Amino acid sequence: MIEARGLTKHYGKTLAVDDLSFTVEPGTVTGFLGPNGAGKSTTMRMILGLDRPNSGAALVNGRPFVDSPHPMREVGALLEARSAHPGLKARDHLRQLAQSNRLPARRVDEVLALTGMTDAANRRIKGLSLGMTQRLGLAAAMLGDPSVLLFDEPVNGLDPEGIHWIRTFMKSLAAEGRTVLVSSHLMSEMSLTAEHLVVIGRGRLIADTSTRDFIRGSSNNSVRVRSPQQEALAQAFGKAGHVTREVDGFLEVVGMTTDEVGELAWKAKVPVHELFEERASLEEAFMELTRESVEFHAGSVTPGGVA
Amino acid sequence: MFWSVLRSEYTKMTSLRSTRWTLVALVVATVGFGALFAWGASQSYAGSSASDKLHFDPVAISLSGIAFGQLAIAVLAVLTISSEYVNGAIRATFTAVPRRGIVLAAKGTLVTIAGFVFGLISSFAAFYVAKPIFAHYGFHPSIGDPGVLRAIIGGGLYVAASGLFGFGLGALLRRTAPAITLAVALLLVAPGLTNLLPGAWGQAVFRYFTSNAGQQIAFTVQQSNSLGPWSGFGVYCVWWIVFVAAAYVLVQRRDA
Repeated sequence: MIEARGLTKHYGKTLAVDDLSFTVEPGTVTGFLGPNGAGKSTTMRMILGLDRPNSGAALVNGRPFVDSPHPMREVGALLEARSAHPGLKARDHLRQLAQSNRLPARRVDEVLALTGMTDAANRRIKGLSLGMTQRLGLAAAMLGDPSVLLFDEPVNGLDPEGIHWIRTFMKSLAAEGRTVLVSSHLMSEMSLTAEHLVVIGRGRLIADTSTRDFIRGSSNNSVRVRSPQQEALAQAFGKAGHVTREVDGFLEVVGMTTDEVGELAWKAKVPVHELFEERASLEEAFMELTRESVEFHAGSVTPGGVA
Repeated sequence: MFWSVLRSEYTKMTSLRSTRWTLVALVVATVGFGALFAWGASQSYAGSSASDKLHFDPVAISLSGIAFGQLAIAVLAVLTISSEYVNGAIRATFTAVPRRGIVLAAKGTLVTIAGFVFGLISSFAAFYVAKPIFAHYGFHPSIGDPGVLRAIIGGGLYVAASGLFGFGLGALLRRTAPAITLAVALLLVAPGLTNLLPGAWGQAVFRYFTSNAGQQIAFTVQQSNSLGPWSGFGVYCVWWIVFVAAAYVLVQRRDA
């Protein structure tokens, strides 16, 4: 379990994290969502004791992480891709980490196998691809078989296969009863991985809710439908009092369910070839909530300065 | 906790290629320059002044390559900490061992041991390589002469202290190039320049300045305007203790 209590962090005059409080429970993947620069990485670094908060506290299993008697058994972290000495061989990197916490040497081979890195174990880290570096970071995080895991933007730079693998991996960790906090600036990614969301913008808490409720709460949910008789269908929408717009050859309507749209088409005797809820609306739910908190609005800069 | 972290740091240090080549550079530079200076000093002895002849110290000349060898250990020491800040490995290190003081103590211990062991090997090798060169010109320094063994072992101690000097700078600056530049400036360039300072205070600055003080431990004949072997080495230790103590406080206070 992770608890943030009134975490606040300044960098000079910049307020990176502002009185942030939330709790991350074990057993589910919790998504830590926010635009770039919202303070996600800073918060994770404060949880790990790498950065000192100006006020507030972060607790891991009830105490500050820096006081942990067995740090690697308590927390595993995947931070930025570059957090290993490039001149070390992958195996030596894991070996020295294991030694520092008196973990048995066999754990090194176990986590290499777990992350599919066995064949690359004797290569120097500077020669590894980004995907392999991420796997090595995961291997390091898993060395102590920790009960709490922090992943900072783990899918960044991964190919689709790697993304799928890491998603499955994180879900299985949560299913084993561990606490999993994973940050991302991509709502679509979070909707596939996280059951619970902690959303922040400009260092402040915006939402702390289940992913389902977060999406349902959006006013921007839309349904897209495609028909060989698109105009007749548009008229049927109009008669029923719904505004539609054409997007990529689809009719898009806001404020209706797929059930309602299907029934409307059936009543209008218009065949439907495709009908679905638009996933982009998840992104919009996120945009809607964080709109005031993104650091800079595109197009809001006028010649006289920031509008 | 300390012993497991020491083991971990040992693995890190011995797995990196930079460790190997800096230690080879330490031995080669100390022995090579010692031999070169032994040859040069012997050649110019006949033409030197009476005062220079009085202060002629074949043992110290044999060990004078340490002036370059110390830079190799300082580079190794800087790298043990600065490279981790530069490449981000420090985050993995401090996440695995959040009590940073233990990490610093382990790294400092290894730098000291490596410096002393390889410094001692270099000193002995430099003495025995220079010995036949001096013998060729009629000088016969012997390990049994007063102060000779102390000077040779002192060479090892001096190299260890130079390692800690570099380690303190590396931990304070957290960048490799500035830390190495400052180490070279403070240990090799500035000590000679302080000789140009005028007056009594200038002489004092010269006497107490880093390697001017520290290297007295490798002399068997006391030079004019210099501290004694042990008092000089003591002053040198004050230098690195100040850097390392400041680093110990700041590394724990700063964000990693």
